[in-house]
Amino acid sequence: MGMFAKQKGKGMIEIENAGKQFTLHNQGGAVIAVMQGAHLRVAPGECVALTGASGAGKSTLMRMIYGNYLAQSGRIVVGGVDVARAAPREIIALRRHTLGYVSQFLRVVPRVATVDVVAEPLLALGCPAGPARARAEALLAALNIPPTLWALSPTTFSGGEQQRVNIARGFAHDYPALLLDEPTASLDATNREVVLGLIEAAKARGAAIVGIFHDEAARARVCDREVDVSAFTPRAA
Amino acid sequence: MTQNVQYNFAYLDEQTKRMIRRALLKALAIPGYQVPFASREMPMPYGWGTGGVQVSAAVLTPGDTLKVIDQGADDTTNAVSIRKFFQKTAGVAVTERTGEASVIQTRHRIPEAPLTEDQILVYQVPIPEPLRFLEPRETETRKMHALEEYGLMHVKLYEDIARHGHIATAYAYPVKVEGRYVMDPSPIPKFDNPKMEMAAIQLFGAGREQRIYALPPYSRVVSLDFEDYPFEASKAEHPCALCGATHSYLDEVIMDDAGARMFVCSDTDFCAGRRAAGHLGEMGVPVEEDRT
Amino acid sequence: MSAQEAGQSGVHADPSHQAWAAADPLLRVSGVSKSYGGRIGCADVTFDLYPGEVMGIVGESGSGKSTLLSCLAGHLVPDRGEVLFDTRAGGLRDTMTMSEPERRMLSRTDWAFVHQNPRDGLRMGVSAGGNVGERLMAVGARHYGQIRDQALDWLDRVEIAADRVDDRPGAFSGGMQQRLQIARNLVTGPRLVFMDEPTGGLDVSVQARLLDLLRGLVREMGLSAIIVTHDLAVVRLLADRLMVMKSGRVVEAGLTDQVLDDPQHGYTQLLVSSVLQV
Repeated sequence: MGMFAKQKGKGMIEIENAGKQFTLHNQGGAVIAVMQGAHLRVAPGECVALTGASGAGKSTLMRMIYGNYLAQSGRIVVGGVDVARAAPREIIALRRHTLGYVSQFLRVVPRVATVDVVAEPLLALGCPAGPARARAEALLAALNIPPTLWALSPTTFSGGEQQRVNIARGFAHDYPALLLDEPTASLDATNREVVLGLIEAAKARGAAIVGIFHDEAARARVCDREVDVSAFTPRAA
Repeated sequence: MTQNVQYNFAYLDEQTKRMIRRALLKALAIPGYQVPFASREMPMPYGWGTGGVQVSAAVLTPGDTLKVIDQGADDTTNAVSIRKFFQKTAGVAVTERTGEASVIQTRHRIPEAPLTEDQILVYQVPIPEPLRFLEPRETETRKMHALEEYGLMHVKLYEDIARHGHIATAYAYPVKVEGRYVMDPSPIPKFDNPKMEMAAIQLFGAGREQRIYALPPYSRVVSLDFEDYPFEASKAEHPCALCGATHSYLDEVIMDDAGARMFVCSDTDFCAGRRAAGHLGEMGVPVEEDRT
Repeated sequence: MSAQEAGQSGVHADPSHQAWAAADPLLRVSGVSKSYGGRIGCADVTFDLYPGEVMGIVGESGSGKSTLLSCLAGHLVPDRGEVLFDTRAGGLRDTMTMSEPERRMLSRTDWAFVHQNPRDGLRMGVSAGGNVGERLMAVGARHYGQIRDQALDWLDRVEIAADRVDDRPGAFSGGMQQRLQIARNLVTGPRLVFMDEPTGGLDVSVQARLLDLLRGLVREMGLSAIIVTHDLAVVRLLADRLMVMKSGRVVEAGLTDQVLDDPQHGYTQLLVSSVLQV
């Protein structure tokens, strides 16, 4: 993990004065400011929870870190790459090697087997198919997805099953930085425990984690501190 | 028969013959390359050898001796009428004997007897473009020749093997000339392909398609094939029923409605010559040595 | 296995698999413009494509995306601009000033073009095996057995049963024809694939399978690809990067999910918001 080593001692994720607004060109050019002056620093091995009321911008900040939303101002540096300014290929490489993301929604090619969906991040890194599948199966087993489902497409699964497939996929590769959006939502106690164990293991190996947890007990258990994003919500003029 | 004075020598006017000779020289300079020429209307239908006739007309001199064969035979309609045509319009001597001819016009065969440096073999060609059936666009096939893009030729052979288990193309078998141009040898049986590396000049005329191409003496002519399916000059596995030859190309002749058949040399002069020399097949009878 | 064990993958990436990080672009396009009389086909298009990258070009009919693709693939000569390709022998070279033999050689070795209509990209009178084998024979393969083995291998990779190898494409369904076209194009291991609406005429159920196949091939072969489509769902699943075209000009370009989820240009916002949801 070369990039990771270079970042040791500094924040793996460093956000300085980040701001975001949407300009709706087809609605009279309305400008909606959603974030300003965001600051955040997450060290390797640290897990930070984003808090704040619904609509405060937790998911928006998460998407800005992932490069999914474009920040208009400030710096968002992950593993040495400023995703607010980096070329697409740099962000693609960052996502492939360094930055994992477990979103609330599973977005996959229909009709692809679950085991291949989970193995894909490893295959994208050039990992041979055999070990990648073995790793995927181990994760699916740990998350109590019955083996009879592994060869089926997850698009037909229940919400909870899809969520667990998404988690398995997010943990297939040992990303040095991880974004987790409600990873324990809609999980039963057993699987919630498995996921928290995965998060703890990731922290132990040195991953820097930013998460959104409505599950307060889970937050208290795995998060080292909380950052209230309400502080970054722009005040109405 | 003497030349009919109403006609210019060998029917075509001198300007036309010069035009054809220029095309022939160019064709000889670029072996296997198809040279366009302004094919003329001839007093016979397309498909009857108008290309070959125009080429023969351009190379014939009053001192030449002409032989014309069709499928190897001198006595078929097509051969007879072309031979008569030149007797009438050029007044040249004619022969059925391969060795005595200086110009031989042929359809679908190369004579069995080896030709010599002072002979010219003129082929009648129906479709000069070997790539035609795989790529119908002439603009594209010309480009493919120009750029030596001949992969498609092997696609045809591939299809043959895939469908029949062997290269089933039995005539008009494509060749590569002097390592450069892929050429259609006209619909000669592939048995004749190896003979194309010969001492005589070989000229090819396609009248309807308005193309002339040529092989200078001793040109390298390689039949296309695959490493694991090498070219084979095949023929019917029989001796000639008349002369007993085992290395000549044979025609199958149906004898009756009961399916009886015989295999005989397609080259009638070759067969007659062998019988005259005393070789006899199982159904053969000796010939009188009075052939003309 | 416990969650703790699952937490340590012990699976590591092959360090040689770093094509994405290569410093030099595979294709460098600058200022490419093409007009049809007074009407703009495409204007002043500039971008770099790196090895292993898949770029989507979206826009409505008449936006110039197909004109651009034709210019890039050498099917059309642009009025202005350069299309530089990183040739194996000579590094970055302008494909416009290249000699025709060189360009044609490129288009059957390092380049591939997948047409929307498979009939435009297949020889309908030649068997499936012959279709796949053609590019091999075009670059000098002369061993029937080996050509056939490679054809069979590729039919398997695109999920066409071996017993269909001698059937002509006319006997195939639309989806199979498209997969055959892909096999025929990829058999020589190209480095850059141009695709014009590759899933265009296919049933939705067949599209998904084809998309998965393409993703796998792109990944395994380290292919770069330029995919023209009007289907935003297709680019989201296939393309790393996206270019949005309108009236012949690129109005927005960037990371695919960023362009689709946070479009900056008014036209892209309109395009994204116009997609019907299922």
